[in-house]
Amino acid sequence: MAYSVDFNLSPIMELELESLRGDDTAQDSMCQLIRVTGTGLESGSPKTLEMDVLTTESRDRLASQMSDVRERADERRLQRSEESMQTNLLVRNRWSAATLRVLSSMPSRSVGQQSRLEIISQCNIRSTQLRRYHRQTKDVSLSSRPSIRGYGIEADSEDVCEEETKRQELVNNLQSLSAGDRVRMLRAMPLSLAEKTKLRKLAFSDKVGQSILSSQVPCCSLLKRTLYHILFGCLFILSSLQLWQVALKRLGGRFGTGVLSYFLFIRTLLLFNVFLFLINGLFLVLPQAIHPPLHTPSSHRVTGLELFTGTGYLSNSLMFYGYYTNSTINTSCRPAEATTGTGCGTTSDPHMMAYNIPLAYFFTIGITFFITGIVLVYSMSKSFGRSFRVFKSQGNLAIKIFCSWDFKVSKKMSVRLQSENITTQLKELLSEVKGGEEKGRLSGMAVHLLAWSISLGSTFFCALGIHCFAKDMHLRRLEDAEGEVSLVHEARLLALPGVVSCGNLLLPGLFNLMSWMENFNSPIVCLYVSIFRNLLLKVSILGVLCYHWLGKIAAEPEQHGLQCWESFVGQELYRFLLVDFIFTVLNTVFGEFIWKLFAQGVLRRRRKPVFDIARNVLELIYGQTLTWLGVLFTPLLPAVQILKLLLLFHMKKSSLLVNSLVAFLPQSSLLVNCQAPRKPWRASQMSTLFISLLCFPSFLGATVSVTYTIWTIKPSSGCGPFRNLPFMFHSGKQWAQELKSTNPKLAWLNWVHSCLVENPLFLFLMGGVFLMVIYIHTQIVDGQRKIISLLQEQMENEGKDKKFLITRLQAIHEERQYPLSPSSRPQPQGSEV
Amino acid sequence: MGTTASQLRKDLLSEYQELTFLTKQEIILAHKRFSELLSKEDRNIPTPRVPMEKVLSLPELKSNPFRKRICHVFSTSDMKDGSLTFEDFLDLLSAFSDSATLEIKSHYAFRIFDFDDDGTLDGGDLEKLVNCLTGETDGTRLTTEEMRQLISNILEESDIDKDGTVNLSEFQHVISRSPDFVSSFKIVL
Repeated sequence: MAYSVDFNLSPIMELELESLRGDDTAQDSMCQLIRVTGTGLESGSPKTLEMDVLTTESRDRLASQMSDVRERADERRLQRSEESMQTNLLVRNRWSAATLRVLSSMPSRSVGQQSRLEIISQCNIRSTQLRRYHRQTKDVSLSSRPSIRGYGIEADSEDVCEEETKRQELVNNLQSLSAGDRVRMLRAMPLSLAEKTKLRKLAFSDKVGQSILSSQVPCCSLLKRTLYHILFGCLFILSSLQLWQVALKRLGGRFGTGVLSYFLFIRTLLLFNVFLFLINGLFLVLPQAIHPPLHTPSSHRVTGLELFTGTGYLSNSLMFYGYYTNSTINTSCRPAEATTGTGCGTTSDPHMMAYNIPLAYFFTIGITFFITGIVLVYSMSKSFGRSFRVFKSQGNLAIKIFCSWDFKVSKKMSVRLQSENITTQLKELLSEVKGGEEKGRLSGMAVHLLAWSISLGSTFFCALGIHCFAKDMHLRRLEDAEGEVSLVHEARLLALPGVVSCGNLLLPGLFNLMSWMENFNSPIVCLYVSIFRNLLLKVSILGVLCYHWLGKIAAEPEQHGLQCWESFVGQELYRFLLVDFIFTVLNTVFGEFIWKLFAQGVLRRRRKPVFDIARNVLELIYGQTLTWLGVLFTPLLPAVQILKLLLLFHMKKSSLLVNSLVAFLPQSSLLVNCQAPRKPWRASQMSTLFISLLCFPSFLGATVSVTYTIWTIKPSSGCGPFRNLPFMFHSGKQWAQELKSTNPKLAWLNWVHSCLVENPLFLFLMGGVFLMVIYIHTQIVDGQRKIISLLQEQMENEGKDKKFLITRLQAIHEERQYPLSPSSRPQPQGSEV
Repeated sequence: MGTTASQLRKDLLSEYQELTFLTKQEIILAHKRFSELLSKEDRNIPTPRVPMEKVLSLPELKSNPFRKRICHVFSTSDMKDGSLTFEDFLDLLSAFSDSATLEIKSHYAFRIFDFDDDGTLDGGDLEKLVNCLTGETDGTRLTTEEMRQLISNILEESDIDKDGTVNLSEFQHVISRSPDFVSSFKIVL
């Protein structure tokens, strides 16, 4: 939960003063207690408190007499040496009963059923605040000041009077609030129902017999409340998507948070693709499917290979760019009357709805990218905010301990699973904390250099090889296209994807070997290095391929013998996606199985196969980049990606469960990276890393290439919605100009467009404003950080004061106690020496 | 329904609705479930009290490792035996309900985790808490060394005034940083 930023700092300061004042009263009462006990012993006044103190003190006396001089000498020595340590902890070691009683009655220390007084006084403060500021004080959390509790102290007559006055004060405060606020205040009090009933009777005594619920609540606030409830309910449903909840819980419980973050990432990607698919389907595919354009029927043999290559009958289907018309569909005409290529003829029927396909194409793709970008940046910033900590605390053990128990689980099996889950996470966290304390030894620089040079060199050569192979394949294709179309020629189309997938499969194995050779001590560094290398490989491969498609093929489609280069690029991407998936399946099923046999047979190690999280995540990101690159050319590609992700999820899950079934041990149920099972790592910031990797290289790259395509590449003239246009974005421009001519009232839209999009000054201004806003926010965060550290210091000082007073109290008690025993130690005030 | 004495009076119902976070249906359901726990002779007493064992037989609480503490915290019995009246039961459900505020939840969570009822979470409380979380079986318990390290880390992270214990404010401060405390601190009948 983000730390709530409150620009108005004065309430906080005021509350601080209040709390300090409260502290003063507590300290006052403590001094009073000391004085009272002191005088009580001397004068022997028959107070109940004193009797208790005396009896407990006599008990203490006996105990100390039992273990005589040695203990006292020890105590003295220990006390002096341990005084620093004891002042660090106010725990129950060797404190006398009176000290313990004072400790337990400290306002900051007790909560409980007898703590009415302090809860009431706290509610007093809060209701006064509410009255003064006329707003909810839910976010302001004061330290609760419960009152005396424990040790069975009977309420003095004084205390009772005080409670009565406080209660009356609270009732007065409540009566001055509005009805809704009153109800809310009462509900939020941590008192028992009986107490609340009493308070309610007193507070609402002026409205006897009238239920607050039936009283007049202003309708606008009621409406606001219902709207809030509805909105909250919708958001709650949307955000807590129940997809795969059970499976994820089981995976998290068995394998830890690292592996779980991978599966959560699959779910995130699935949501993105579902969104893409829905928007595309609704605005693009559906209208075109209802009014199919006329194409020359192509005589293609239906072989199964079409499904993999995307050619054949699929190339003239809704899948690819070439199918879509470049005209406006008029919904009133029937398909049978449609003439070739153009609409159904212009009629002046005002009820006719015209749907401009090129415009729809352009805007749909643009808007989906825009919304995806916004959602990505938002989720990245939210996830970053969650993992970022303003304090110096390392790790989140305390949060884990206090907040991770889910009270909703009621079945015994689920409870056990949850315990398992928590134990796993705790062990992970503990080992990371411990691991951070160890000093890493320095590996040789030469080894690092060698490993890096091998990795970079192999990446470079791989990219070069793909470049040459792609060129070769295109030449081959040209030759094939001149001849007859045969099955072998079609299968050759799959060669390039196959080679790329092989490279993607083998090179990460090489990188793993390198990192094993380098033998990093910190698993986090190892992970980051591995991610960087894999990322570099994928970026270079995709860069080479994009250069081929957009730079070479799109620029001169005739040279490559293509009528419709967009469909070809779409088909290429489709093939890449499919072949990548097939290779992943083969790798999961056979690769890990074979490795396990190899490891057990040859290496004679009963170690579980390693789930390489970095590599798997980067494969996912690679697939998603291909999808985003291909959406422009293949509007139905997100559907393919959805199917692929669904199958991938179940496949990876079952392979993990099967592989770990044999060698599953409760303590070592962690699947680790970098082949160092002794050093498990925690993947708490992994989801932030994955989302930022998805956003920055992947989505940004896809956006850049799509923008480049739309803005600078000439669409092919024979097919697709943008044929005969110089550039793809001209469809939008044309529409704007049409709008200006047909509907002069909307001419300002055109003016706005020309001002905003084509004028760079506006963009600079916007950029400048954003930078200023960011700067202001960073300054605010800085200032708040300073305030937080000051407040922390203040609290530590208060704690030191408290310790000092308690130890003084203890010292005074001991001084008073020992004169009553025969062997007394010298007192500073006593007459004996 | 056989016994009409187990019906809730309308004015009581509206009063409970105002003072707790429960809705009308939830209060009626709670009343029904509470009446089922009562023995025959207790039904005619004005404010009947259900012993702790009966409360712990509720399926929602049966396997919860904190069930005994929950009963003790919400019980207003003078004998400290964890028995609950209907109003205590409503208090329990209200604190664990969907709409309860973070403050209420954290207040009661603190009291539940305070095993020795001294108003702070010291080392012993934290140890018992961790043992409850990790389960009863030996396979899942932490070693002594791990426990010691865990407790010192927790105190380092959450004990702001360095007195060796976590008091309510410090606890609420830790809770406020967790986004899913409110959703996990729930019991629904």
